Amino acid sequence: MIAVLGLLVGVVLGLVLQPDVPLGLEPYLPIAVVAALDAAFGGLRAFLDGIFDDKVFVISFVSNVVIAAAIVYVGDRLGVGGQLSTGVIVVLGIRIFSNVAAIRRHLFHA
Amino acid sequence: MPDSVPDEQPRDGRERLKEAFRRPGRGQVVVAVLLAAVGFGAVTQVNANENNDTYAGYRQQDLIDALSGLAGASERARSEIERLEQSRADLLDRTERRRAALEQAQQEADDLTVLAGLVPVSGPGLTIRLADEGTVSINSMLDLVQELRSAGAEAIEIDGQVRLVVSSAFEATEEGLVVDGVLLEAPYVVDVIGEPSALRGAISFPGGPEDSVEDDGATIAVEQPETVEVETVVTESDAAPDLAEPVE
Repeated sequence: MIAVLGLLVGVVLGLVLQPDVPLGLEPYLPIAVVAALDAAFGGLRAFLDGIFDDKVFVISFVSNVVIAAAIVYVGDRLGVGGQLSTGVIVVLGIRIFSNVAAIRRHLFHA
Repeated sequence: MPDSVPDEQPRDGRERLKEAFRRPGRGQVVVAVLLAAVGFGAVTQVNANENNDTYAGYRQQDLIDALSGLAGASERARSEIERLEQSRADLLDRTERRRAALEQAQQEADDLTVLAGLVPVSGPGLTIRLADEGTVSINSMLDLVQELRSAGAEAIEIDGQVRLVVSSAFEATEEGLVVDGVLLEAPYVVDVIGEPSALRGAISFPGGPEDSVEDDGATIAVEQPETVEVETVVTESDAAPDLAEPVE
């Protein structure tokens, strides 16, 4: 309940404040958001599996975001930022799909 | 959530979810904070993405790619323009040449229709009246026409009835002079277009047509009107050769 409320609060804050993305962060924010989504779905799956743990969730969330951003940053330094972003998005997308499939099996037994 | 699954195993995923909704634990606060961050970030990114139609957030490599893409496109467009302009110039050139050829052919055709007697013409020249009195021999007549042609006559007409062309024929009959099958009666009026002074000289030199006409005992009077009108024409069917074919 509180978790869903938190998500809503975040969305509303974003809509109300309409913050500008700092120029330096602009390439990393989309990757970070996708990584965070992956962590969130992973957490939900773990919760449904009954193995959810606050600490694990926080650490996986933060490390997901940081690693994704770091990979893109390194890619930018190396001159392959665009390709690495694509790679990270693909990997995270696959993970999100498999997590959502597990969640679906839990909720609908299908 | 549907609440119609009482007979499932107790620690089922749905049960846990329902439980979590009913009695949120302290751990959910952390989750809520992180989810708020996700929502905030996602909305921010969506906004930025919608508002951002400039190149401000692009990576250096992306900018270089976009730039070289544009440069390539403009290069291709430029060479396309060049090619099209070239073919336009070619076509204009060809049209110009065709028009020049057409004009030349038209000019030639005009010249030939004048010489073949197919069109009425007018221009400077002389009007020659023959045999108001007396008669003219056919030889004098032929001599006159011959000399006029030598002097560059471009169109000759007799009595306003016969146009003299390359195939014209003179015949002396008992009734009188027959030219191209038309019987002509004295006095004969010869309209001739050409350089007037040259024509006059061709008529009046000693021993020339004037003398021979006068030797025949006929009169000859030469006038030089402002313009001479040659109205009679040879019909095209008459002008067309029946037998002669051009040899390649």
